Amino acid sequence: MPLHIEKVSHSYGTVEALADIELDIADGETVALIGPSGCGKSTLLGIVGGLLEPTAGRVTFSGQMPSDSLNPFTYIFQDFALLPWRSVADNVGLALEHRALSAAERRERIAAALALTGLTEFAAAYPKQLSGGMRQRVGIARALVVRPAVLLLDEPLSALDAQTRELLMEDLLAIWAREKSTRVYVTHNLEEAARLADRVVVLSRRPGRIREVIAIDVPVAERGQARHATLLVEVHKKLWSLIRDEVVTADREMQHV
Amino acid sequence: MSDQRSDRQPVPFRGGGFNPMPRRLLPWLVFFLLIAAWQAASSAGLLPALFMPSPAAIVNALVELWLNGTLVEHVTASLKRIIPGWIIGTGAGLAVGLAMGIFSATRAAGLPIVSALFPIPKIALLPLLILWFGIGEPSKVATIALGVFFPTVISAYSACDSVPRNLIRMAQSFGLPATDIVAKIIVPGSMPGILAGFRISASVALLLVVAAEMIGAQYGIGAFVLQAGNLMQTDQLMAGVVMLSVLGLLIAWGLGIVERSVLRWR
Repeated sequence: MPLHIEKVSHSYGTVEALADIELDIADGETVALIGPSGCGKSTLLGIVGGLLEPTAGRVTFSGQMPSDSLNPFTYIFQDFALLPWRSVADNVGLALEHRALSAAERRERIAAALALTGLTEFAAAYPKQLSGGMRQRVGIARALVVRPAVLLLDEPLSALDAQTRELLMEDLLAIWAREKSTRVYVTHNLEEAARLADRVVVLSRRPGRIREVIAIDVPVAERGQARHATLLVEVHKKLWSLIRDEVVTADREMQHV
Repeated sequence: MSDQRSDRQPVPFRGGGFNPMPRRLLPWLVFFLLIAAWQAASSAGLLPALFMPSPAAIVNALVELWLNGTLVEHVTASLKRIIPGWIIGTGAGLAVGLAMGIFSATRAAGLPIVSALFPIPKIALLPLLILWFGIGEPSKVATIALGVFFPTVISAYSACDSVPRNLIRMAQSFGLPATDIVAKIIVPGSMPGILAGFRISASVALLLVVAAEMIGAQYGIGAFVLQAGNLMQTDQLMAGVVMLSVLGLLIAWGLGIVERSVLRWR
């Protein structure tokens, strides 16, 4: 579903978080939002999915809302946001319980989402018993089960160690090759952006503005190939050169509490 | 640095200690040693029986009271006050506490009242409640219910507060209706805090039943302990006190079972 971010600004009280964000996202495209901490990228994601009301501007979509999507705008959260008192299957089922589905179809959908994320044998486990990677797989399964039109990923891999992160990137790519959706991916990890996104939107420090939009011409599915290795390094370098100064300044900034 | 093994010195060990270690026997040992010392002191005539009866005398009194049915009579009378009082106070307290946790308006309205009334030792209201409900059972039950109500309100609404915001946002992002958010996120997320509050309210109920029974009751553990004191039957008095300890332990044990089954996920 094509998305349009139209002149979006946001302030928390007197603190300006986002200024004049203008961006069109094509159907089926994956856009990564990167920028130094405090640049408002998570705020922007909250606005896109309707969890935050922008101070100014609006987010629109064009075309028909897909009829088979139970929850067109669906999030995957950095901290997983799982209910610790529910099993894996019931956490995934939470997204369906209030929808008009037969019990059989609900079970079927949950089973399919668990299978797709490799969680079938963990269906009865509680989040506490799982590793961080498995917990985020539950978060991914919960998002897939509603067949989102727009998938909003808020630093989905940031709470994971480097090796697990690598595994989950592979998983995401495998899932994305099968499931059609438009994706907005917030991250501070340049490698994730270079590996997963069709376009990378670089935001400036607070108040966040779009500094540059970088399109990566190699299809996401082919980026693992050795012949594209230099390209990814180039992208990474370019992204870093764009945000390095801002990161330095953000790092030295004192908190105004 | 020499490569000779004989020159090497072990790095001194500085860790260890400060870790709670399981000591299975020690608690029982201390317990029995204390009782044995007490019994020995009594047998040697160091403790006057009138002021401090020996453990054996207390056990004898307990057995006797059990056999002649007095114990059951008094414990039943107390339980008939504690149980309805605790249930009423807890029910009302949970309703008000959860409402205060969920709705800002209820919280703004309720918090000053609860804060003002919470510190009042509820036994001070017994005379007023006797005027309202008479000297019989309702005034005692009402005292316990009131005493239980306030800590329950406070534990329920702070438990609501401790439910992570991000879980509520997650539920909103999946389009859960508000009633579902309360039933599936806020209430289960509050259970640890609510159950911890039950421990406090149960001990408040025990305290208040004894106090209320000492003020005006024929039966009940509090009344029994008071009468035994008036008659200088210290062995019976202590038997009543031991009964209170047993009752408290049983309540804590029962709540432990409830916690373990409700909070299995922890």
